[in-house]
Amino acid sequence: MSVPAAERPGAGAAAAQPPGARRRPHLPGSTLARSLGLVVLVGVLLWIASELLGSYDDLRLASGSYYFAVLAGLTLLTGLSGQISLGHGALMAVGAYTVALLVGNEHWALVPALAAAVAITALVGVLVGAAASRLRGPYLAGATLAFAIGLPSLAEKYSGTFGGANGLAINPPAVPSWLGQSFPLERWEAWIAGIGALVVVFAINNLVRSGVGRSLRAVRDDEIAASLCGLHVGRVQTLAFVVSAACAGLGGGMLAVVLQLAAPGAFQLSLSLSLLTAIVLGGLGSQLGALWGAIVLVLLPSWTNDIAHSSSLSNQVSANLPLAIYGVVLIAAMLAWPSGIQGALRRIIALARRIPLGSKELDKHSTSGSGGVSHEST
Amino acid sequence: MRAHRCKLRALGGVAVLVAALAAAGCGSSSSSNAPGVSATSITLGTHQPLTGPAAPGYSEIAPASQAFFDYLNAQGGIYGRKIHLIIKNDEYNPTQTVSVVHELVLDDNVFGIFEGLGTPTHTKVVGFLNSSKVPDMFVASGCACWDEGAKQPYTFGWQPNYTIEGKILGQYLKQHFAGKKIGVFYQDDDFGTGGLAGIKDEVPASQIVTTQPYQSGTTNVAPQIAAIKAAGAEVLVDFTVPIYTALGQLTSFTLGYKPQLVVSNVGIDPTTVGGLLKTYSKGKAGTELIEGAITDGYLPSVAETSNPWIALFKKIKEKYDPSAPLDGNVEYGMANAYTLAQALQLAGKDLTREKLIDAVDEKGAQLSGPGLVPFRYNKTEHGGYGGVEIGQVRGGKIVLFGGPLVTEPTAGSPITPYTKAQPSPPASGVSVP
Amino acid sequence: MTRFIDLTLNGISTGAVYSAVALALVMIWRATRIVNFAQGGMLMITTFIASDVIGSSGSYWLGFAVALVCGLVLGALVERVLVRRVEGGPPLNAVIVALGLLILLEALAGMIWGNTPRSFPPAFSIRGYDVGGTHLLFAPDDTFIVLVVFAVAVLLALLFRYTALGLRMRASALAPEVARLLGVRVGRMFTLGWALAAFVGSLAGVLVAPSVFVSPSGFDPILIFGFTAAVLGGLDSPPGAVVGGIVLGLVLSYVSGYEGSSLVTLAALVVLIAVLMIRPGGLFSTRRERRV
Repeated sequence: MSVPAAERPGAGAAAAQPPGARRRPHLPGSTLARSLGLVVLVGVLLWIASELLGSYDDLRLASGSYYFAVLAGLTLLTGLSGQISLGHGALMAVGAYTVALLVGNEHWALVPALAAAVAITALVGVLVGAAASRLRGPYLAGATLAFAIGLPSLAEKYSGTFGGANGLAINPPAVPSWLGQSFPLERWEAWIAGIGALVVVFAINNLVRSGVGRSLRAVRDDEIAASLCGLHVGRVQTLAFVVSAACAGLGGGMLAVVLQLAAPGAFQLSLSLSLLTAIVLGGLGSQLGALWGAIVLVLLPSWTNDIAHSSSLSNQVSANLPLAIYGVVLIAAMLAWPSGIQGALRRIIALARRIPLGSKELDKHSTSGSGGVSHEST
Repeated sequence: MRAHRCKLRALGGVAVLVAALAAAGCGSSSSSNAPGVSATSITLGTHQPLTGPAAPGYSEIAPASQAFFDYLNAQGGIYGRKIHLIIKNDEYNPTQTVSVVHELVLDDNVFGIFEGLGTPTHTKVVGFLNSSKVPDMFVASGCACWDEGAKQPYTFGWQPNYTIEGKILGQYLKQHFAGKKIGVFYQDDDFGTGGLAGIKDEVPASQIVTTQPYQSGTTNVAPQIAAIKAAGAEVLVDFTVPIYTALGQLTSFTLGYKPQLVVSNVGIDPTTVGGLLKTYSKGKAGTELIEGAITDGYLPSVAETSNPWIALFKKIKEKYDPSAPLDGNVEYGMANAYTLAQALQLAGKDLTREKLIDAVDEKGAQLSGPGLVPFRYNKTEHGGYGGVEIGQVRGGKIVLFGGPLVTEPTAGSPITPYTKAQPSPPASGVSVP
Repeated sequence: MTRFIDLTLNGISTGAVYSAVALALVMIWRATRIVNFAQGGMLMITTFIASDVIGSSGSYWLGFAVALVCGLVLGALVERVLVRRVEGGPPLNAVIVALGLLILLEALAGMIWGNTPRSFPPAFSIRGYDVGGTHLLFAPDDTFIVLVVFAVAVLLALLFRYTALGLRMRASALAPEVARLLGVRVGRMFTLGWALAAFVGSLAGVLVAPSVFVSPSGFDPILIFGFTAAVLGGLDSPPGAVVGGIVLGLVLSYVSGYEGSSLVTLAALVVLIAVLMIRPGGLFSTRRERRV
């Protein structure tokens, strides 16, 4: 039972992909056209949103965009490839520091710096992925956790280059003159991050529906069967890591551009844990799940802080209240919606359309991680 | 059909995002003349570590400032305007600092940022605040990075620069511990390295036998203290925050190592450190392990209950911030708030951002209040207090002696005594030159 | 030479602390196959309770006992109320619930007891042993910690390997359906597993507290290293947790002493990766790689 030759990952990379990391099938049109259409549609919506929102909300839109970039890669890694990573915060740090060093010290332009961030983080992803492919379950979790706390300390050790505990600060990205003098910086940042997110949407959308995506799912569901089919398990898993690392590098690079900083304090273990929480809450394995996760990451803290502020409790209580609410929300959401927000929405849509839940039509983007035969999406 | 549904879902997704953002954030338009100022109120913002590993001690500062503002507001405020302080938690994470400061400036439309806490956190918002021309008053950190009046005209420091403190402590060491071996235990960031630079400026290099940095967040400092003991240091200089002062002392206790302790004012507050060492000390104060430590201060010791400023702060605390202890952090918050209130008073009734900045540039150096030393404020220097007075922990309390000393942070600049007496607090409100 | 001795002793005493936490994590893993991040939150709460009891009663051992009992109760409670509902689902969901619980517990502790760290008394003196006029970097309290850790490791190993109860617990974790068919009360085994793990965790908390000061997030660094030690030694092996902890403690102590504290977390990463590349299941793992 081998994979038909026509569906094997072919050669050729489009401009939108991280260098050399993956290939798409040369099937004419359908996936590519649909992805492009999706990108255009979402792009227009983001543009409208950025025009309508005020400066602070544009900043949040930018934050949501770069979180989405990271989460899309992470949910591919954990949902489609079945590997748990507690270290993506450190990969974001690699991207952020790359951009901060190139833009700040070497005065590179934005796009080359972001591309370099993607490339360098992907390279780190090769190393981490190769190590990770030998590990399973909690051992992988432990190794990536050690990575998450160990890597940022390099910044403090080599404080001459990396700025030590203070980290690096860079100048805000220059708003192009053709946009006018009074164009708000935050909106420009939202555009930059939005374009980055669109690139990720395009790339991941194609990847998930390609042979590579199928390989990932095959390895996740049954390594031995996948091996028998001719897939090299280690290489496939490393590839998943590299893709997710590239996304994290892009997300981290955009974080550096939007916040104009790269510092160890910004990439603590709590960031990696938040990323993991976000993809599970949003719905593991799907890009929409990554979107919900990004929204939760950006909006939930300010929502809980507003609640705490408006309450007239003592300082001690109101300072800790946002975190308490966050913890309760996490627990409640996991108990109520085991498949995350996307899973819950799918249920609602199914009920509304009265389509049976197990139907092939509904299972487009992904499956949950609990095994079984995964549905093809072409 | 599938493509359509796919796009439909994406549409729905982004629409939800926009709706959520629009609902969650209510960006009101700001008046560019004097945002955050109305006929009856002035709104300021601050970012503080209220939770997380950096919270201990520091989380008391902003509420104490708020208590002082409440006291002023009860008397009518400054020119009839009540001062409100919006305190936002950044958990000492620079990402969150950027986020909350943007929120304060763009969304809450504060008049200015006051007492932003932390060097790695605040350095990430200085650029934004200066380019947006938002007053960045009296940063709660002793980094030299706030002292750039030409490049960062809107940012002002307040507490003495770590190097200034290091120099004055260093001079004391040179005068009273000549020939003794000195070991330095310091935090591996601007605080520790700045203080160490000051020490090295005064103390002959041959006396410093070892310098041992530690990373903030580590739980084991025994290797560093053991190294200092092994080098034979008879004086241990600590540029540490209270937790690490305490951890260092625990290891010293285990090793039976009893050097003369010299601790930065940042890490010596006897209430805080005593609380951490209580179980190792006989008696309730818990300060036995830091008894006799040399330190410094730029505000009167909180133990000096006869000092009129301490009496005033105590009164204010009991009414407006009763749950807090009367310790160095609370004193810091109130004294800083007093300086801000003075600055607002100097700026005049017709309050604008520019006027506040100009007021401090022009008259800030003449401000006097609870501080024992003058401020270093002019158009190019935005440094804050210019010196400290040496003190010692006696009977579990800090006792200052020897008179205040002032200096500049540049290497080799002289240390001179400051002899003007501390004024008494006004009966109400604040007093300005 | 004295430097090396100092660092070795320091490594053993800090390593014993990591082992204590690692044992609690191993306990939970063997009993329920869940990586329990909330362990840290639970042991922090029980240590706070112990601190209050010691403060009001003046007796250390009373506080010690109360902490252990609270641990049992808290562990059982968490299992019945929360974990029971996610046990059957995707494993990541249990991880997220545990994370949520950790965050909630730290926030609750902050609300109840405040964020200011407080002092916690050690069981025995922390003055280093006097050897020929100098004090070693090792004190009676450190001996106590090491002995307790060894004792717990031995007891756990005996429990799992040689007792019927241990067998039932392992069966419930690895093959719950089969265990049910054979008459094992799987639910009760899970509850017992969590209760015992929280018991061990509370023990670790009380032993650790004197050197990290009790505060809501004060135990976090110890937990991270404890988890690293557990993975290093093999999550299925109590002796592995002890060895992993001591090895980690020694390595970190040497690195901190000879290279500086900025490389400590990186050293932990290097050690862990080095071990896991050779033995992907940890030092004491019994599984062999199946290569097809």
